[in-house]
Amino acid sequence: MTSTLRYLGQGTVYALFAALIGYLSMYPVYNPFPSDHALVKFSLAYAGKPKGECHRRTAEELAKLAPNMRKPFVCPRQRLSLLIELEMDGAVLYRDVLNPTGLSGDGPSRAYRRFTVPAGEHRFVARLRDSDRAEGFDHVRDEKVTLKVGQNLAIDFKGTAAGFTFN
Amino acid sequence: MWLEGWLDRAFGSRWNPMYHLGALGYFYFWVVVISGVYLYIFFDTGIPNAFKSVEYLTNEQWWLGGILRSLHRYASDALMVMMGLHIARLWAFDRCRGNRWFTWITGVPLIWLVFVAGVSGYWLVWDKLAQYVAIASTEWLDFLPIFGEPIARNFLSPKTLDSRFFTLLMFLHIAVPLIMLFLLWFHLQRINRAKVNPPRGLAIGTMAMLLVLSLVEPATSQGIADLSRVPFPVKLDWFYLWPFPLAERWGAAVLWGLAVGSTLLLAAIPWLPPQRKEATAVVDLDNCNGCTRCAEDCPYAAITMGPRTDGKPFERQAVVDPDLCVSCGICVGSCPTATPFRRATAPIPGIQLPALTVEELRSRVTVAAKGLAGNDRVLVFGCDHANKTDKLNGTGVATVGLPCAAMLPPSFIDYVLSRGLADGVAIAGCRDGECCFRFGVRWTEARLNGERDPHLRARVPRQRIARIWAAPTEWRRLESDLADFRARLRVMTEKEAAE
Repeated sequence: MTSTLRYLGQGTVYALFAALIGYLSMYPVYNPFPSDHALVKFSLAYAGKPKGECHRRTAEELAKLAPNMRKPFVCPRQRLSLLIELEMDGAVLYRDVLNPTGLSGDGPSRAYRRFTVPAGEHRFVARLRDSDRAEGFDHVRDEKVTLKVGQNLAIDFKGTAAGFTFN
Repeated sequence: MWLEGWLDRAFGSRWNPMYHLGALGYFYFWVVVISGVYLYIFFDTGIPNAFKSVEYLTNEQWWLGGILRSLHRYASDALMVMMGLHIARLWAFDRCRGNRWFTWITGVPLIWLVFVAGVSGYWLVWDKLAQYVAIASTEWLDFLPIFGEPIARNFLSPKTLDSRFFTLLMFLHIAVPLIMLFLLWFHLQRINRAKVNPPRGLAIGTMAMLLVLSLVEPATSQGIADLSRVPFPVKLDWFYLWPFPLAERWGAAVLWGLAVGSTLLLAAIPWLPPQRKEATAVVDLDNCNGCTRCAEDCPYAAITMGPRTDGKPFERQAVVDPDLCVSCGICVGSCPTATPFRRATAPIPGIQLPALTVEELRSRVTVAAKGLAGNDRVLVFGCDHANKTDKLNGTGVATVGLPCAAMLPPSFIDYVLSRGLADGVAIAGCRDGECCFRFGVRWTEARLNGERDPHLRARVPRQRIARIWAAPTEWRRLESDLADFRARLRVMTEKEAAE
């Protein structure tokens, strides 16, 4: 092979490699999201109420403990499971029982879900039960939202004080 | 091999990129590091400062910062390609089993680290692509039940994101390459004379390619991230970000399964199936004078020079580590005491392979040469890892197989020609750059050219020696080179008879 042909060959290899890198570093464009839709993210990281009641230890119970462990008032570590529900335009989008995290079940319950919904006006109702009640919910927020195409609506639970937030 | 053969013609065996995949990977890594250091000087961690600082580098300082940003991206993409080819080539050529397991295994975590470094880099720009990558990667990580709170919640809305998050990311993006460097050191521990730099010509060529690409198609941002909007469409870097569309399509659990499963499979490859262990080289202290040539030539650092243990008046002795030895026999070819001429005593060299001792090799040569006839008799020493040369056996050609061409001590060529056992000697081994044991071709050439001990004696007629380095895909060339050599031998023999 003559040197001209060799250099031509090398140039071709470099050009092909550059083309491969240049193309695949940007193309093909990735667009799996429907053009006339919006995104709803429903999320929380929240610990339910303790499972069981706090109680005062009796003198006998205290005596059985090491001196440095004699805490008179104790509460159970384990947390209650949460019941959450998200409804859109009267239809349930998501409903789940969230168990507490942690080996002792004393961590927060967590949820993170995404929903692709048609753009436009929707009525969302977010509900949460964090107590041991048998019926109904402890926290509810009913909101009418007009979603633009490609908008990202974040529904988050910010604790008992703030409740559900719509961002 | 076809591709390597074609690249051999364009680049020559010295510059063939397929023979320098690891070194090219290193080269791209350093390009990424050096360009990254410059980018870091101007990078501002925070929202929206991160985006603004990258935009400044890209647009206002395009003549240096912009080019370096593009180099940073394209060199990291090229690194990914090199890594993939490096893995595929080693696996295809079966260069990962046996005693090479350590090098293979230490390479596996590097794959993860390259991905982590690459993906975290895309977060830092804080454009729409960064937003997509940040959300997709944290959603994937959140599958693991180890986080008290889903990390993806950081990206729920503009209010939930903290500028300190970028400081953490920046730390990650710098720390991971440092860990990579440390692991790379481990990766090369069992490789003697590891190539960590590509040949200068190849380095210049590939650097020029990256520069031209950076000027023609500069890396740009895709608009500032906006957590109130869905970041679509995005231009993904498919070299690093392909797992995320897969996670969206198949779910995080499947992707974790694939990632962990393929990592375990990759790590298990050296034992799938386990390579049959050949008897490793053994040292005979009665014949070892501690000359260090075997330790110098060993491709896998299996031989070290230790203190003398037999009381002989030599400073050192060769010590073979059986765990590192691949039984290539290159040490035998380098040993000055490995000679077939010894008659009074058995030809036991300072180091040899129990499976093919020098005495056995001499015996095979004698037996093979006995069947030769004609005036163009050739004895072929063939590397068993290249072409199966025993197919060449005939009236004018006899073959002796070796685990590596460089196992042949040059004195054997002298022996064959000076004893008239053949009219010529051909050494047929792997194509240069494809040598199964890395240095077989290089050391053989150097010994025959008198550039490396042990030299071929000056009295040996060089024109009666042929060196044929051919891949298994080049059998026809091997046959034709051998036929040409025999034709030359006929002319030589006839000419000598006439004189």
